[in-house]
Amino acid sequence: MYKVKVYVTLRESVLDPQGKAVMSSLHKMGQSEVEDVRIGKYLELTLQKGDYDLDERIVNMCSKLLSNPVIEDYRYEVEEVVAQ
Amino acid sequence: MKFAVIVFPGSNCDTDMYHAVKDELGADVEYVWHDATDLNQFDGILLPGGFSYGDYLRSGAIAQFSNVMTEVVKAAREGKPVLGVCNGFQILLETGLLPGAMRRNESLKFICQPEELVVENATTIFTSQYEKGEAISVPVAHGEGNYYCDDETLEELKANNQIVFTYANNPNGSVENIAGITNKEGNVLGMMPHPERAVDELLGSKDGLKLFQSIVKSWREHYVAAT
Repeated sequence: MYKVKVYVTLRESVLDPQGKAVMSSLHKMGQSEVEDVRIGKYLELTLQKGDYDLDERIVNMCSKLLSNPVIEDYRYEVEEVVAQ
Repeated sequence: MKFAVIVFPGSNCDTDMYHAVKDELGADVEYVWHDATDLNQFDGILLPGGFSYGDYLRSGAIAQFSNVMTEVVKAAREGKPVLGVCNGFQILLETGLLPGAMRRNESLKFICQPEELVVENATTIFTSQYEKGEAISVPVAHGEGNYYCDDETLEELKANNQIVFTYANNPNGSVENIAGITNKEGNVLGMMPHPERAVDELLGSKDGLKLFQSIVKSWREHYVAAT
């Protein structure tokens, strides 16, 4: 089995109002060293091993559903795990 | 002319849309469930607002893979009028029938209030009953209506006259005050404001009714006059 960890974030060029609100809250906590906060999503997929191109499948899922390429970027990590 | 109101799990403006078409416009209309696989009998497709599939992942993201959306894409390619309001607009963006994407409102607040819109293009099949530059009052109700597209797409939208409605007082941070756009061909309109909630003076405005009347008028001119 594979465990795929997908990170989806707003593109650099896209304003993140949630991140801004969190940053100003951190500043109010006294954490004045915080320069920027970007909020994203984290997804964990468990995939069966098989006769397929793993990267191609993951890219397909990420670009067509898990992220919206107009406003979001993604990256992923693959970990091999033993089926339980 | 017969309309379909597409109903997804989580749609909640479907009844308003149905009422607007049936009772205020006086046209034929039917609810169509999201797993339908045939829209051939319909002349116009309406995607109502709400929170399809709980807005999971992103607004409209899950709906794009429902059975009925394959048929909506087909209807759009055939040139049938397709109107997406609010969540319906978000679904059209996610499906790729319209360019761009929606972000959270700049204020992070869910905004529910009447908005003044400016009719930027009165030559579409959705707006022929309005005057260019006309100010109309139509309510908005959304948390993610902050329209975004890159500069290149924006230039294209302008060059092709695809920006149909803008906000007089931008409530959500949308690029260029955009409230509604069409596809290049002009038969698919997506808008965040709710014209179906502005079809009777009792509701505070009937400025939205002309949008539906425009669709019927263009359909009649195209199909009835031809036969």
